[in-house]
Amino acid sequence: MLTQYGFILILSIFAFALPTAAVMMGWFLGPRRPDAVKTATYESGVETIGDTWVQFRAQYYLIGLIFLIFDVEVIFLFPIALAYKHLSLFSVVSTITFVVILLLGLLLEWRKGALEWS
Amino acid sequence: MEIWSSGLTHLLTGLGLPETAAVIIALAIGAFVLANVGPVLALVLILLLRKVISRMQDRIGPNRVGPFGLLQTVADALKLLSKEDIRPANADAVAYFLAPILSVFGVILSLGVMAVAPGWIGVDLNVGVLFLTALGSIGIMSALMAGWSSNNKYALLAGFRVVAQLLSYEIPMVLAMFVPVLLVGSMRLGALSAAQSLTIFGFNTGLGWFGFLMPGAFLIYFISALAEGEQTPFDLLEAESELIAGFHIEYSGMKFAMFFLAQFLNSFFLGAIAVMLFLGGYQGPFVDQIPLLGFVYFVIKAFGVYLLTIWIKGTFPRIRVDQMMAFAWKVLVPLVLALILWQMIALKLPGATLDPVTGDVLQYGFLNYIAVFAGNLVVLGVVSNVLMNHFKREKMRTKRAFEPKSLIGVMQPSSGD
Repeated sequence: MLTQYGFILILSIFAFALPTAAVMMGWFLGPRRPDAVKTATYESGVETIGDTWVQFRAQYYLIGLIFLIFDVEVIFLFPIALAYKHLSLFSVVSTITFVVILLLGLLLEWRKGALEWS
Repeated sequence: MEIWSSGLTHLLTGLGLPETAAVIIALAIGAFVLANVGPVLALVLILLLRKVISRMQDRIGPNRVGPFGLLQTVADALKLLSKEDIRPANADAVAYFLAPILSVFGVILSLGVMAVAPGWIGVDLNVGVLFLTALGSIGIMSALMAGWSSNNKYALLAGFRVVAQLLSYEIPMVLAMFVPVLLVGSMRLGALSAAQSLTIFGFNTGLGWFGFLMPGAFLIYFISALAEGEQTPFDLLEAESELIAGFHIEYSGMKFAMFFLAQFLNSFFLGAIAVMLFLGGYQGPFVDQIPLLGFVYFVIKAFGVYLLTIWIKGTFPRIRVDQMMAFAWKVLVPLVLALILWQMIALKLPGATLDPVTGDVLQYGFLNYIAVFAGNLVVLGVVSNVLMNHFKREKMRTKRAFEPKSLIGVMQPSSGD
């Protein structure tokens, strides 16, 4: 177990170091002549107007919330899948109830219009 | 410990190294090799894409650098190395620097759990499938970081689209990955590949692919993987005509190359995951006798899936953002949830071989498999019906756009031409 996650740790160090090294190499090998026009925001040649980080439409927020519900559900479902061969009838019925409740929740969101993208 | 790491450790202790140091060095060598596979693979993938797309568009494609243009992507990488690394003055420095690195970090880490041959896997984690989905989320985060930190309205718009698209398709993808896990009862990718053997008269043909047993789940996974890999028809994130280049518009030089590399590797690895979960992984004839053959099968299958995505990229039109979101939430998610429900019932139908003492399932019976297959066929039918209707409508719409105004309203969808 320790060597397994040790390997993941070492691999993650390499996975982080490799792109960092590449970006650094580009930094050293490439020219560096920044000027005001070059570092200005590129918006198809039009001068940028106003702030970028403004309030954005709430639809993205709704999608994020629905995603969160389903993602947590997935986390719950995977352990059940691992133990599914050992489950008794009672546990199977409760698992199915759990999924059905989520399906009903999705239908409710659908009905309330949370899934519409206009 | 896997075969390679224990073997390497044994070799190193034989050289007189202490046990702990030998283990760490063995793991480090393995990790170094795996981490370098990623960029090299990306060079091959980019060249393959350009060559195949060129052939589809009746062009020759890169043919100047090296024999048959084989070194073209190497030349491109070197060119990108020599480019200036421009940092926009208004950008958020830390997030702007970290985003391309994190995007590569996620995809390289997923190499660690790829089961490429019997026993040949970086590390056979007991949460392998979950680990892969977790790494997918790092890619989403890096794209959002890039879009937000660039301080560019187009980049921000694309960043939000990334979140909306990738989050929406992550749900059907993960739930489709859940379907074979439910059948096998293990999240180890090695065990999932091993479970797809099919022994007939004592000979392992290696054709017990879950793609045959669960075609519905496979189709849903494949569509979601196309969206997750930002491939056509779901490549709205870098819709050149609308968003210039998507969330990495402000990136140049090596940082841009990192996003490029991550995107290609990501779509390839999503195909490789499809191979491990649905297309038998390393399974094939004679794989039990010669493990090396498993590696060959795996590579052939993974590149086959990649070529299929290129084919789709070369032939499909891009879809609208509202169609894409509706397809994920109103078609794929309810269907895959219904499929999981059906499979939960199907696996508890009578016919399975039970342990006489504990009542655990030892081996699923014929009835269980038939029920699972039937449910998948229904899902397959519904999804392909929705897709066919969509293409029919689109065909009529494009036809109308080029027809004289007087014919509008006269035309009906036809199947012939």
